[in-house]
Amino acid sequence: MSAEPQVGALLGILGFVAILLVFARIGGVSMTYAMKRIGMAVPLVFAVVTFIFILLELAPGDASTKFLNPDFPPEVRQMVIAKYGLDKPAITRYFIMMGNLAVLDFGRSISAERPVWDLVRTALPNTVMLSGVTLAVAYPLGIVLGIVQAVRQGKPTDTAISIASLTFFSMPSFWFAMMLQLFVAYYFSTWITGMIDAGTLPGFFSVFDFDVTGMNSNEIQMAMAVGDDVSWLEWAGDVGHHLLLPGVAMGVAGSASAARYMRSSLLEVIRQDYIRTARAKGLSERVVILKHAMRNALLPIITLMGLSIPFMFSGSVLVEQVFSWPGMGQLIVQSIFNQDTPTIVACFFVSTLLVVTGNLVADLSYAMVDPRIRYD
Amino acid sequence: MTAIVKQERTPEPPQTRAGYVFPGLGHLLVGEIVHGVGLMSLTGLVLIAAVSGLPSVVSIIATPSGLSKHGLIALVTLVVSVGLLWRTAHLRANPRELSEMEFNSNREVFLRMMRRHTTGMLGWYGALFFMLLTLLTPFLAPFDPDTIDVGPTVLAPGWWQHVGHVLGFRAEAATHGFFEYLMGTDERGRDVFSRLLYGARISLFIGFLSVSIAATIGTSIGAAAGYLGGWIDRGLMWVVDFLLAMPRLILLLAVVGIVDVGGVWRLFLIICILALTGWMTVARIVRSQVLSLKQQDFIQAARALGYSPTRIVFRHLVPNAMAPVIVYCSLAIGGTMLAEAGLSFLGLGVQPPTSTWGVLVNEGRDPLRQAPWISLFPGIAIMLAVMCFNLVGDGLRDALDPKQRT
Repeated sequence: MSAEPQVGALLGILGFVAILLVFARIGGVSMTYAMKRIGMAVPLVFAVVTFIFILLELAPGDASTKFLNPDFPPEVRQMVIAKYGLDKPAITRYFIMMGNLAVLDFGRSISAERPVWDLVRTALPNTVMLSGVTLAVAYPLGIVLGIVQAVRQGKPTDTAISIASLTFFSMPSFWFAMMLQLFVAYYFSTWITGMIDAGTLPGFFSVFDFDVTGMNSNEIQMAMAVGDDVSWLEWAGDVGHHLLLPGVAMGVAGSASAARYMRSSLLEVIRQDYIRTARAKGLSERVVILKHAMRNALLPIITLMGLSIPFMFSGSVLVEQVFSWPGMGQLIVQSIFNQDTPTIVACFFVSTLLVVTGNLVADLSYAMVDPRIRYD
Repeated sequence: MTAIVKQERTPEPPQTRAGYVFPGLGHLLVGEIVHGVGLMSLTGLVLIAAVSGLPSVVSIIATPSGLSKHGLIALVTLVVSVGLLWRTAHLRANPRELSEMEFNSNREVFLRMMRRHTTGMLGWYGALFFMLLTLLTPFLAPFDPDTIDVGPTVLAPGWWQHVGHVLGFRAEAATHGFFEYLMGTDERGRDVFSRLLYGARISLFIGFLSVSIAATIGTSIGAAAGYLGGWIDRGLMWVVDFLLAMPRLILLLAVVGIVDVGGVWRLFLIICILALTGWMTVARIVRSQVLSLKQQDFIQAARALGYSPTRIVFRHLVPNAMAPVIVYCSLAIGGTMLAEAGLSFLGLGVQPPTSTWGVLVNEGRDPLRQAPWISLFPGIAIMLAVMCFNLVGDGLRDALDPKQRT
């Protein structure tokens, strides 16, 4: 096992911590507090990994029986068992795994025959990209919609947005993803292609041909595989084209819940005395809402956003499955089907770190938005 | 004073025997439309439908292999719901019986607030509708859900071509009746509508049962942590934080994917896992409620009276802490149903041939372009059911909110 994956993982985690600390600095939170919070991740990760390991040990069979076809000769199975030490007692394997994890060595994936770090390194950025872009668009949009609703409370605009957000909030994300595939990527794309072929629409409209799965189109993948020069812009455009539908499928639920929370929290704030005072001072409605009411109303939304960082993981599992997006969701589902212990453990390791980060970011953003809150 | 106003508002109904059996009939005869007539007509329609379909009802209950359990449940449901409908119509048409109620207690205030909440009531009636649907399934489903080849495979609903005509997609001309296969058939020639009805049963059952279990666990643990305090509180809250730190769906996937059991046990496993990953928020809510209630005078009084901690917790603290839990639970039923659907979608939920809505959406995934109806309708069903529970939750939250009381 080379040292390279460990260095990569270490650099990744250090970079992560550094970003968090910079964030804390900007928010005016004391470094000791931030370090203490980051340090609390260690026992949590330890507990989660132990829990998952016990769960995997309680399950009947092991990786060799799960992913190998029963038709394989027993010698192959013996080789796999010997190679990954599956015949050792559970407690021995647990301590070996923990020792390796302590130096950030995730081991080798049993089903993929590659270092787990390689798998995580390819899958994680894809998921982060999908969920990051989605959240970055969905939440601000939801907040704006919520403000509009609260300002126009009881008017048709409010009712219309309420109905829409309730609908999207109640929708299973995977079903919505499938319907997007059907109506946008199939019916609409077929219609657009037909129009272009008939010469009714200029060829430029082929960007609306969303008949896509995966992350890159075949041409770009081929070009990259044979070593052709793919310009950065071309690649980004291609990925963006592929990202749109899964992003919408994942984002509408986030937007809807942000709008719901924003509406109720702003309505709560607007009733307060200091808003009446601000209006009595003769401030314009815009200043009252955007400067006086919104900062306080944003607090619950920030918690929501912090808590939705792990949602980046679980929410994307289903959508990734529908759109064949090569991210962590696919990796997790595959490794669970194969009972591939090292990969499952690594996935939980990463997701626990993300949860801790999410909570921390939420707390730090609290301090940034509301100067009354101080952490020491 | 109020009594006089009420008498003015509701004219005295003619006291006839027919008016008692058919509330509002007297008014109807003299050309007045009063409350309750609509509901009464609905009762009548249901009765007429049940009587006209009597042979098939009998054949559903008395199957060749003995009395059908589900058929009997459906029959009891039918009788009870018709009776309740009749009683409601009666109360509406004869509001003197209603006026005896007093709007004083907390419960009455809550009920009044809830009745006024239009969307909340809409959700409540919708949820009721779905529950009735699950119980009456044997009478409503045109085919057996698991029998293959009840019709041609991948057959579009009879009305599909007309929709296609309007929306501009091409659909083959149907040769069967307009409503014969209401939602088409799937790849094995099973009727999607029947499968949807039977799937509703499992989906709602999972949602209700796991949320009830989660609420019970969460309430006990939250009350224990809040009331006892000290190291018990710290330990329990650490467990809560620990479980909340794991992404729920992935934990579900791991447990259900790893623990491989079949049949009914799988259903119970899923319910238990959903409950065991869903109680943490309830525990937090109850704990914070108990912490603030504990300081109040009535608890001090209960202590001074020498009541046992168990009695104080379960008779005095928990009932007062229930309001936010009820709101959370009604919202959580929707979330749990979505989680179950997601599990089934990945093929890890309840195993075929048992159908749940998630399983049905999953079955339509491969033939999505040829047969969109297979997954279209189950998805809409999930959405509507979850929406109803969310509406109920929102309504309850508003109705239980003391700030909005009038």
